[in-house]
Order: sequence, then structure tokens, then C-alpha cells
Amino acid sequence: MDTIYSINGPVVKVKDTKDFSMLEMVYVGYKRLIGEVIAITGEYTTIQVYEVTTGLTVGEPVYPTGSPMCATLGPGIISNIFDGIERPLKQIEKVSGVFINEGANVPALDTERLFKVKMAVQVGDRLKGGDVYAACQETPVIMHYCMLSPLLSGEVVWVKNDGHYNINEVVCRIKNGKGEIINLNLTQKWPIRQARPVMDRMQISRPLITGQRIIDTILPIAKGGTAAIPGGFGTGKTMTQHQLAKWCDADIIVYIGCGERGNEMTQVLEEFSELIDPKTNRPLTDRTVLIANTSNMPVAAREASIYTGITLAEYYRDMGYHIAIMADSTSRWAEALREISGRLEEMPAEEGFPAYLPSRLSEFYERAGYMRTLNGRHGSVTIIGAVSPQGSDFSEPVTQNTKRFVRCFWTLDKSLAYARHYPAINWSTSYSEYLDDLTDYYNTNAGPDFLRYRQEITNILLEESKLMDIVKLIGADVLPDDQKLVIEIARVVRVGFLQQNAYHKDDTYVPLGKQKLMMKTILHFYEKAKKALSEGVLISDIINSGMIEKIIRIKYDIPNDRPDLFDEYLSEIDEVHDKLISEVKEVEAV
Amino acid sequence: MIIKHLGLSEVNGPLIVLDKVTDASYDEIAEIHLNDGTERTGRVVEIFGDKVVLQVFEGTKGLSLTNTRTKFTGQPMLLPLSEELLGRVFNGAGKPVDGLGDIFPQKFADINGKPLNPVSRTYPRNYIRTGISSIDCLMTLIRGQKLPIFSGSGLSHNKLAVQIVRQAKIAEESGQEFAVVFAAMGVKNDVADYFKRSFAESGVQQKVVMFMNLSNDPIIERILTPRCALTAAEYLAYERNMHILVIMTDMTSYCEALREFSSSKNEIPGRKGYPGYLYSDLASLYERAGVVEGSDGSVTQIPILTMPNDDITHPIPDLTGYITEGQIVLDRNLDQTGIYPPISVLPSLSRLMKDGIGEGYTREDHSAVANQLFAAYAKVVDARSLASVIGEEELSDIDKAYMQFGVQFEKHFLAQSFDEDRTIEETLDLGWDLLALLPKSELDRIDEDLLAQHYDPKNAKRFMD
Repeated sequence: MDTIYSINGPVVKVKDTKDFSMLEMVYVGYKRLIGEVIAITGEYTTIQVYEVTTGLTVGEPVYPTGSPMCATLGPGIISNIFDGIERPLKQIEKVSGVFINEGANVPALDTERLFKVKMAVQVGDRLKGGDVYAACQETPVIMHYCMLSPLLSGEVVWVKNDGHYNINEVVCRIKNGKGEIINLNLTQKWPIRQARPVMDRMQISRPLITGQRIIDTILPIAKGGTAAIPGGFGTGKTMTQHQLAKWCDADIIVYIGCGERGNEMTQVLEEFSELIDPKTNRPLTDRTVLIANTSNMPVAAREASIYTGITLAEYYRDMGYHIAIMADSTSRWAEALREISGRLEEMPAEEGFPAYLPSRLSEFYERAGYMRTLNGRHGSVTIIGAVSPQGSDFSEPVTQNTKRFVRCFWTLDKSLAYARHYPAINWSTSYSEYLDDLTDYYNTNAGPDFLRYRQEITNILLEESKLMDIVKLIGADVLPDDQKLVIEIARVVRVGFLQQNAYHKDDTYVPLGKQKLMMKTILHFYEKAKKALSEGVLISDIINSGMIEKIIRIKYDIPNDRPDLFDEYLSEIDEVHDKLISEVKEVEAV
Repeated sequence: MIIKHLGLSEVNGPLIVLDKVTDASYDEIAEIHLNDGTERTGRVVEIFGDKVVLQVFEGTKGLSLTNTRTKFTGQPMLLPLSEELLGRVFNGAGKPVDGLGDIFPQKFADINGKPLNPVSRTYPRNYIRTGISSIDCLMTLIRGQKLPIFSGSGLSHNKLAVQIVRQAKIAEESGQEFAVVFAAMGVKNDVADYFKRSFAESGVQQKVVMFMNLSNDPIIERILTPRCALTAAEYLAYERNMHILVIMTDMTSYCEALREFSSSKNEIPGRKGYPGYLYSDLASLYERAGVVEGSDGSVTQIPILTMPNDDITHPIPDLTGYITEGQIVLDRNLDQTGIYPPISVLPSLSRLMKDGIGEGYTREDHSAVANQLFAAYAKVVDARSLASVIGEEELSDIDKAYMQFGVQFEKHFLAQSFDEDRTIEETLDLGWDLLALLPKSELDRIDEDLLAQHYDPKNAKRFMD
């Protein structure tokens, strides 16, 4: 029997043993706390414990399990809320009350619930890893396909009839190449730190439509892509992630609350169960999985929560779904790494973070992608990770290393947030590398004008930022009228287009079509105003015409389902300017 | 049989090391009896084979390798709890220091608490009226929230905290009991006295539990102080259904104590020498605020911290800001211009306010007014920085209007006297009156209906002279 030799916070050591393998899951102490082997030397085996170690004594036993930390995959995952090591928090509440006690070992998935299972194979079928052998309706919007573990293959020798079964019911038996019979129930296990295999990686070509104008139009993200949202506290990282989770067109959302606030998870739970998804007419929770490891929960489980989340996502991807992962926040995960690394007395690199931080980050982000799965379906995992830079300083290690492994970088800006401009994504310091990959999609689905408008809008913003440098020195009054117009138009773009109100029923989600028409209207106004200026109209008359304020309010005034109303605006813009020009002509004539 | 271990093998700062111990468990409490008859308390912080590292709460002064007998209690640090806590004063380790003797406990609880299951939380929605315009309107305090005050040395954070306690008490209407748990960590004697006196003067003394670790008290005790306070708060809130406001001052001293302790343990430091687990450690305190299912009580926290060198990016305010649900930032310039409370509006924020204001809570126009005031004040700052370059005379008319708005906003909205208790209606109407200083076209955060209802340039007249 192996026993505890030393205890330091969540790190426990066992002396002189050869019973453990690297990354093996173990039970520690009489309370059977869950732990994982993280280092093995000749003398000591080091274990990180996923629970509070208070009360643990030297000499208590450590039990090996023989397998790595695994996630249990099967029906019952969706709509559930788990902690960092896939323990269902609602069940934990039942056994230990409002506070989480250590050693609360409950099965990950509900073993009593019956699913209406439809078998997809017959005796004699040959199955390879990833093939579907049964299906059941997991929630009203998600069909769950039970797939053969990627490690197995064989011939079906026995199949149960369709019927109502719980997850542990054996529904199928296969005989593998060695002639061994393997029982299959509705679940499988998969080690969380290992990416699930796929047939191949496909080219990225479809955007993840979010209904957020600054993202869809200016800084798009692709299905199967990666994005980071760095921002100091109070700049709206969580808010942005909530908006994306609510509105993006992924089939399933995996929301990982990693080391963040407990109340935020409560909010997600509440809001998502109340919010009706317009696509399915069902509450959002029907297609959402929550992983909650709040900041006061044990730190080692925080480190694992990211892997648990992505493993669940990959599992559903293998069924052919598109998954979006919201990881809030990856900085807390990096800090958990640092904390454990410190306890192991490893040599620190930058700011105390371990030297393997970049490789861990890239391992995580590289699990995103648009894939052809083992069973030939197409599915994707998109990762959107929030980063909380220390001291709002984007040069710190987590932000900088993340930047190297993501292709969308949405920086949140303090001064925008202070002015309550949300989403506070700074358009000049953010970037998206997906524009080229998505050009075809936009041209086909949003029309060839879309990207042209986008370019013109970004040009206006760019020009404004140049002009603002001058304005800051000498004031706006001295600028010539055409430059004043640029500043006015840029204000329209910023306030009327980029700024979006998450609490407004129409503005919270805006379809691509309306985004395009809004751009069109703004640019049309710009053209007309430029022309009017060249005809001698004063900029003050254009500003006083009230048209600017009207365009800014388009986001509220035109409902999402009434694109026809834009024509009225376009013709009104024409009328207003024609009137201004004719007035000038009249004066000149006099 | 209870074993007493004779002597020590090492003394290092607040830590002592014992050899040949086999019965110690992690995090448990040990009693250290000195030969002179006094007793100290220690906690197991590391076990390595038969070697045990203990931190001594009262400090290691006077300990030698031979003059002690140590007894392990087999228990983590427990705090005796009962309703008698109210009105009492304890030291940082939870021992009574007001001369009224021990309390008769109804239960004992581990001061480290247990993590609250996120699914057992109730999302906080009830707002607490503080009677302070800037807080009520712009960064509304919600019951169950943790909203720190980021201050600097010499600013009026203590006064503000007292005003909040006093006025929040008055606004209490639900019939439930209200109490304050006060944790002083490394504060000066004068400051501790100020709080005591203020609580007595406003008649809340019998509803206050005080945990006092003054600046000359041992630092290890300082690490326990907020934990004792929060354990008491959780007990009163969740088991006695009271609304508890926890004031913790000064979190900076707490973090410094943690750093001192960490370096004496030879831990690898993170930023500015603070331990790498500072975030987790602070979270284990701040996350103990909230409202839980099945209880009518709540724990609301107002931690106060003085930003070293007024630097908001310093690790302490920075990590705090990432955990807490907003912050109230005090500003030295405003303070010097004689504005009390000197709340710096733009960086201040309450994350929970959006769900606790508006119709049914405060007033339907609340969120629009708050947003517009924020946006307008942001423009004031821009206009001021421009004016400092080109002079006020050269500003455009709009910018001049903003300059005027800025001055009046600070004078009438931010500034209020220590005993002025404004209702939410007064505050919001005042906000509208100030917004009336600006042309209607500038109010792009408010929809037409509300503007038609509340916007009237005539209301701004009173600010003109």
C-alpha cells in the first residue's frame, strides 16, 4: 500500500514507489480525494489533488486507478453544469449542501435517466473507431450519437432492440480482432489531456456568425477558428463572451468558467434557461454545457477544467456538430499552472510562470479546428478564450503567448469601456486573420458589396484616428470641412454601427443582411455629404439637418425583420442633401 | 492519548519546524505551550515525512529550540459562533479582547470555509440604497455583491465606508435584521478608534462584530482576520438570516502579510514578490460574498484597499478588480479640490447593477441616465485635456457645454455632505437636470420616450449662476 509522505497545499508526494504512471488518476487519503500524478522521480511520485487537502495526514493511503484522468462521455452532458473534473454540481449539492465538501464522489452522468435509444447497427456489421452504433434524443434539439471509441473496432455480434435504456445498459457487443467480446453501453471514456483523433483537418471556410457587428463585419471569426479576448477588469470580457454564447450560430456551446466569479455562473445558468433560442425555439440550456470552476474552488481542478471542456466539445464535434467553446478566463488557468509549478519548485520563466506555458497554451488552442471526423461527418470546435492581463498590460506572458496561437485577437479597451462603449473591442489594435479564408463565404452569402463596404468603413476609422492626432493638438474647429465630415462620419460608425446594445431586443443580435444595409446607409450618407460639401454646403448645415442622429438610431429604429425600411432612409438622405444643395444654389443665384 | 512534542528543530520568521511527528494532519491547529506558562497557536502549513512546518499566529519571539511543548489538536482552525457575536470585539484570531469573556458557542465552523457551489447561489438583484448619489446612480451596490473601495493613503475611504454603513442601515425596509462585520487588518489604532466611535455614534454598535488586527499585531494573525470575519458573517447570514455588510480594511496590509509569510516559507514569488497564489487566496475571501438558496440572509462585502502609490495596476488592486464585482475608485485630485466623496466616476463600476436597477427596483430611466452620465463625463475628460492644450476659449461650443457640465456634475452630483442622504428619485432627477446642460442631440444613450418625459433645458437654469 502506497502512503502519503508529504503535503504542501494541493501537492502531495508519495515516497519510494513504482506503482504509478504519469498523468494517472489516483484517489488520495481515506476520503478518496481525486488527484493526478504530475511528476515521477526515483524517490518521489508527485500528485496534484483536485480538492481541498485540509485534514490529510502523512501515512494515509493513495490508491492507483490505472488510467489517466478521463471524461465520461455519453448522453446527459448537455444542459448540465459540471465542476473542473466533470462532477455534476447539482448532484453534489444534493449530497453536500450549498458548500462543496471534499470527497464528494458522484458519477458524472445521471445513471437513472432513461433515453429512448435507437440502434444504428445490425449483427454482422463491421465497426471501426468513431462509427455510430446507437442514437438517442438527448435534449429536444440535440440528437446524441453513441460512437465506438476511436481505440476499438470489431464485428457486431449482438444488438439489443430499440428501447428506453439508462447510460450503463449494454446495448451492443462487438468482437475485436483478437476474438475478445467487448460490451458497449451508451458511454465511453476519454483522457482529457489527449485530443480525440479525427480523419483530417479541413480548410476553414465558414464564419461563426455572432450577430455582433464589430465581429461579423470588421473582425470575423471562422468556425473551427481560435480567438482571444484580452482586456483589463471591467472592460467587458465576460459580457462579450455571454453575448457570443447566446447568439453565435454554433450547435452547442461549452462555457468554461475557469477561476471566475460564482455569481457569473449563476447568471449564465439563469439567463440561458430563460433565453429562447430563435433558431430552435427552445431555451439555450438545451444546447449548452457549463463547466464551473469558480475562483474559490480548488486550484488544481481549475487547471483541468479547460481540458475537460474541450474533451466534451470534441466528443460532440465527432457527432458532426459545430461547437463553440467560451473559456473565461485562460489567464486563471495559466495562474493555476503557475501555482502548481511553484509548489513543485520548478524553475520559473517570465513572471513566475513555468517555461512550458506556451506549449500548454498551443496544445489547447490547436485542439480547435474544422474536421472530418472518423465517421466521415463534418464538425468544428471554435475556441474563444478570454485573457485577463495583469495590470491591463498586454505585454505580459499569457497575453503575448496566447497571441501567437490564436488567429483572432479582439482587444478590449479601457477608455472605450469607461465611455460605456460596448462591446469595447478596439478596432485599431484588434485583428482577424480569417478574412481571406472567409471571402468566398461573404461574397456568396452576403453579396460582393459586403467586403467592399467593410473596407470603406475601416478606412473611415483609420482616417479618423489620424485626424484625431491633429485634433488633440489643435482642436477640431480648425480642420477643413471635408475632414470635419470624416470625423462626423466616424462618429456615426462608432456610435451607430460598432457600439451595440446587448440589452436592446433588436440590437442584441443583428443579422448579416441588416449589418450590410447599415453600412450601406452610412456610406451613402457619406457620399452625399461629400458631394454637398463640394457644392458649397456648410458642414454645420449637414450636421444640423438631424440626419446624423437619425442614422445613428437606425439600430434601434429599424427592426431586424424590416430591411425594406432602409430604402426610406436612403431616399431621405438624398432629399435632405438635394435640399441643402438647392438652398446654396438659390443663395448663389441671388 | 495526547502526545506533546518537546522542543523544536528550527525557528524561521513566523515558522517553526518540528521533527519526528507522525500524527499531524494538513492545515490543523497546534497549541504551543511555552515553559513560562504562556500558550501560542500554530497551524500546519507543510508536512514532509515526519517533519512538520507550523506557522505561529502570535509570532515566534521568545521561542527557542528547547522551551516548548507542542500539542496537535487534530482540528482545523475553528471559530465559535452564536448570535452573541453581535456587539463584541475580537482580535484577529477570533479571541475576545473586550473583556467580556468567551462567547457560548452554538456551533464551531472552520474559518477557511468551503467553496460555495455555484448552482446553490441565487443571483443577487436587490439593491442597497446608500444615499450617496454617485454610488446609487452610477455604481449601484447590490445585496450579496463584493464591491471594493480602491483608495489611496490619506483619502477619505474610511469616512465613506462609515457613511455607507449608516445610510444603508436606514434604507433597510425588508424587516430583516441588518448587521455589520468589521475586519480591521493592519490598521492604525486611530483608524480602528474612528470606526468604533462612528459605529457607536450612529447607534449600530450593538449590530457590529469587530475583528481587530492592528498594525502592530502579528502578521500571521492578520491572515486569519478576514477569514474569521467572513466565517462569522456567513453564520449570521445563512443560518440566522440576517443581511450582513462586511467591511474589510485594509486589504493591502493583508496582502503584504501574505507576502511576508510566503517569503519566509521560501516560496517562488510572482509579481512584485507577492506569492503566485495571491489571486486564489484573495478569491477565497471575496467569493464568500453572496446570497444562497434556502436562506434569506446575504453577505455583502466592501473591502477597502489603499493602492500603493495610487497605482491601479499594482497586483493588489489589479487582482482584486478581477475577482470583485466592480470597484469604487477614489481620486486624489477630486479630494484636493474639496469634493467629498472623491469618487472617480469613469473607472468605477458595479457589475451587478444592470440586473438590480430599472423598473421594479429603482426607476425605469435609471440605466439610461447612468449610461448617459458616464458617456458625457468621458467627453468632459476629453474636452479638459484638449482645453489644457489649446485653452478653454478655443473650444467648440459643444466642448464648452461639456466643460460646464463637468464642473456642475462634480459640484452637485458627486459632492454631497457626510450626513446627506439622497433618495434614488432625488439622485436620478438631479442627473436629468445636469444632462439638460447639454444639447439634446448629444444624448445618444437615451431613447426618445424618456427624453420627452424628462429632458427639459429649463431645469439646467439653476446651475447657470
